[in-house]
Amino acid sequence: MTLLHLEHLTKRFGGLMAVNNVSFDVPAGSIVGLIGPNGAGKTTVFNLITGNYRADNGQIVFDGRPIGSLPTHRIVALGVARTFQTIRLFQKLTALENVLAGCHCRMKSGSIAAMFQPPWQRAEEARALDKALAELRFVKLENQAMNLAENLSYGNQRLLEVARALATEPRLIILDEPAGGMNDQETARLIDTIRQIQARGVTVLLIEHDMSLVMKACEKIVVLENGAKIAEGGPREIQANPRVIEAYLGTEEE
Amino acid sequence: MEFFFQQLTNGLAVGGIYALIALGYTMVYGVLKLINFAHGDLFMIGAYLGLTLLTALGLADRLGPFGVIAALAAMVLVLVAILGVLLERVAYRPLRQAHRLSAVVSALGASIFFQNIVMIVYGAKFLVYPHDLLPRTVVHLFGMPVPLIRILILVASVVMMVALYTFIQRTKIGTAIRAAAIDQGAARLMGINVDRVIALVFVIGPALGGAAGLMVGVYYGQINFTMGWIYGLKAFTAAILGGIGNIPGAMVGGLLLGLIEAFAAAYLSIAWKDAFAFCVLILILIVRPTGLLGERVAEKV
Repeated sequence: MTLLHLEHLTKRFGGLMAVNNVSFDVPAGSIVGLIGPNGAGKTTVFNLITGNYRADNGQIVFDGRPIGSLPTHRIVALGVARTFQTIRLFQKLTALENVLAGCHCRMKSGSIAAMFQPPWQRAEEARALDKALAELRFVKLENQAMNLAENLSYGNQRLLEVARALATEPRLIILDEPAGGMNDQETARLIDTIRQIQARGVTVLLIEHDMSLVMKACEKIVVLENGAKIAEGGPREIQANPRVIEAYLGTEEE
Repeated sequence: MEFFFQQLTNGLAVGGIYALIALGYTMVYGVLKLINFAHGDLFMIGAYLGLTLLTALGLADRLGPFGVIAALAAMVLVLVAILGVLLERVAYRPLRQAHRLSAVVSALGASIFFQNIVMIVYGAKFLVYPHDLLPRTVVHLFGMPVPLIRILILVASVVMMVALYTFIQRTKIGTAIRAAAIDQGAARLMGINVDRVIALVFVIGPALGGAAGLMVGVYYGQINFTMGWIYGLKAFTAAILGGIGNIPGAMVGGLLLGLIEAFAAAYLSIAWKDAFAFCVLILILIVRPTGLLGERVAEKV
């Protein structure tokens, strides 16, 4: 079953074709990698999926429903969450509060209830707190709960972004270079976490430059170059694909 | 000692009013990075609406003096909040993507618009709140006489501030407001409807400002269509003093500014009262531009 379906996706920035007629599917329950050289348009694809940009052409279908024209917060409510290539935590909030912010879209009580605080609103806040703590435990950051996000180590900030995204209860989580700036040990832990996310029934779509991570974790890989898709397939196929090798290493001069 | 105590209570009451107005500046700045120059005028409209409702509905005969104040406060809060939301819709939302200066110009325009509307509707003369609205009771605190109204104003403003602080710190909507103030894009990706957060800020800020307007009307008895300017500037000073964008900062800054003004007027010179307030503004901008509670903006290396 396909959870996310991209069809003929196109985005221009002035004269630059950032994403050119890209189509691919993300099967439900899978881990899919999106790779390509710098400037290939990977992050633009992510920004299109989460509604940060509007596509000039093409369709984005999430769980059978076109989402290309929805505002970001609605897309998140439908079950798409993401992390960022450059960390965008709420730096001046604690780790716990960051995750609580992620719980926001699954909570029902509105501003009026928050002002008068009826029992059911308090109960909901208490449930959110439990859930936020559980997500922190999931990425093994529970002992950092009360620290400001800005005081966490770089690798832990990345994990906190993952916990915050998971708190929105996504069905698809999009990770933009989750291993960026991590050492080997942290990366190994990350691969573990990604597999656990999959085990929770959440589909994963990730951009990553660390090829060992991509080859180890992903079942399916999509390769972009200059905004266009040049290959798609399993890790072995991709490693053997001459166009991919060419894109990464360049061709030999005759 | 009694003279000192009078200045202290007066300073705290006026400071509470400044703090309520300052919260509106600081919350809007926090989320939109915009100084809402029309905020002082919403405060002024709160004072006028209070007077209009008081005379038009003839509440004074039906409810007791405190019932009148409570009913007026409730109505003024709601009406000024509606006005605040309208202001955001009409004057600021269309300019969300524009340069920040455009929104500032729009804010100044809205300020002039509000002042002139009130001048046309009510006239340019000072209007007077009825003197017998609240009984002129004097209570004794620590053996020293204090007008009851001063205590009421201080208590009311502190209650509102504590309620706001709990709301911001303890509820998910409060967390959403704080998140949106730090990074709107990331907040959207947490499923937070940032437009609604901004609208909410324009409910809370103006509502508190309107309440402050009513307090000034009841406390000083006189209101004028230009009063939003000087109170707005003072409250803006208070917000800067505490650290703009910082909610507890606005509260502390407001109370502190009220005290500084009261003591400077009493012990130095009353004629220079406003000058002292603005000296505080200049000093804080020179010495500690981030305000007392504002975080230092560290350079990323």
